[in-house]
Amino acid sequence: MTLTLRKAGDWTPALVVFVLVIAAWQGTIAAFHIQQFLLPKPSDIVKTFWTDRHTLWPAGWYTFKEALGGFAIGSGLGMLAATLVGRFRTFGNAFMPVAIAANAVPIVAFAPIFGVWFNPLSPHSKMAIAAVLCFLPVMVNTMRGLQSASPRQVELMRSYAASDLEIWRRVRVPAALPFVFTALKVASVLAMIGAIVGEYFGGATTALGVLINSDAESFDFVPAWAGILLASMLGLALYFAVVAAERIVVRWAPPEAEPS
Amino acid sequence: MSEQQPVVEIRNVTKTFAHGNVTALQDIELDFHPREFVALIGPSGCGKSTLLRVIGDLVQPTSGTVTVNGKSARQARNDRDYGIVFQDSVLFEWRTVAKNIALPLEMLRWDKARRRDRVAEMMELVELKGFGDHYPWQLSGGMQQRASIARAFAFEPALLLMDEPFGALDEMTRERLNLELLSIWERLQSTVVFVTHSISEAVFLSTRVVVMSPRPGRIAGVVPIDLPSPRSAETREDPRFFELVTEVRELLRKRGEHLLPEEEPV
Repeated sequence: MTLTLRKAGDWTPALVVFVLVIAAWQGTIAAFHIQQFLLPKPSDIVKTFWTDRHTLWPAGWYTFKEALGGFAIGSGLGMLAATLVGRFRTFGNAFMPVAIAANAVPIVAFAPIFGVWFNPLSPHSKMAIAAVLCFLPVMVNTMRGLQSASPRQVELMRSYAASDLEIWRRVRVPAALPFVFTALKVASVLAMIGAIVGEYFGGATTALGVLINSDAESFDFVPAWAGILLASMLGLALYFAVVAAERIVVRWAPPEAEPS
Repeated sequence: MSEQQPVVEIRNVTKTFAHGNVTALQDIELDFHPREFVALIGPSGCGKSTLLRVIGDLVQPTSGTVTVNGKSARQARNDRDYGIVFQDSVLFEWRTVAKNIALPLEMLRWDKARRRDRVAEMMELVELKGFGDHYPWQLSGGMQQRASIARAFAFEPALLLMDEPFGALDEMTRERLNLELLSIWERLQSTVVFVTHSISEAVFLSTRVVVMSPRPGRIAGVVPIDLPSPRSAETREDPRFFELVTEVRELLRKRGEHLLPEEEPV
């Protein structure tokens, strides 16, 4: 009970700031007669968000599926790689420098090339970009998490004659979970960005990124902003889905220790 | 197995670290008998924690042998013949208190009903009744350590290894837990090997104090503790208690000289 109350209390300042920013935005445009192509009024954006719902929302869903696919593939491979790196030293030694170097590559710059590799009109090229963006943060954090069990905890398990596999299952994996969820939260937002940016370089006409891009090119800025609004909402939805999953899985965490 | 066969036999154990440059233990010879409460005391670096880990087969001796319950230390570990308690409670933060205590029982493949009964019994013994569904972070340090002791005793091992279990607790909590530990020990009749750097704690708890000296880690002397049993708060005021404390302190001073353990005057 008190937990719910405190949570509501935690949200209040953020909500106040949000409302103030929107109000200031709306007020500034009205007061200084700012041209609509520079910055449309929030009320107009919301209106278009509703009137265009038959084209906009399916486009959002299409792109969301790409992001979701990329998120699942990239995060899954990241966790798998972290597990392999943790279990086989030589694999880790060979793999880690390459992974870190790869992280320095601006992945978004690869978007046109991914388009060529996977057919630019298919959702697969966007999934690939989202997956690549998600992979490394998930891998690095999972690795740190798998190493986060204390030596004493491992010693205690050895005193129970636990095998390496049992220690992994009962100690290393649960100890890693908070780290994994921190990474998944980062990846959830990256996945949506990856999918949208991928679509800027071409994609199905029913995709949100393509829609935003073509609206902007034809100076149709209000629908473009409505598309951005939808993209943000979908990114947030994925983020909060991860947060909800974390609440269910990492039940033991003290409320203060919660990141984000 | 005869009643008087030692629970632990340590023969000629030497342990070196860092490619032989540091001798943590040298030619240790010790026997621990059933239902003994042995305190290992010595300054930092005397190898007392290492010796405990050698007994538990968590560290391999460079030479010499350790026999536990008439078997090799390795076999004894694989048979789960001992329980261990560390300075910090080493509770698994993702398990509730009850599930932490149940962990060794899960490892021993006890069925659920049997586990639940034993956990309830242990929580009552360490006065944690009603805290079974709490997570470790919701408990005080003293309560966490009690949970850790309950876990170690839960499967009634013949041998309990304790590595400065109360070292991180305040003096009042420590004295209360000392008494609780003794009452559990008297009830369960295990053999306890208790590492500490507190002279008064060693004398108060044990039936025998093994004094160790550092560099290389050796046995400086053994002091049998003939205080009346069961011990109580009054034991600490017994003149014999002070004589024994002095005896242990002098053994430490003779061998350790400037390397006395950090200990407030008793």
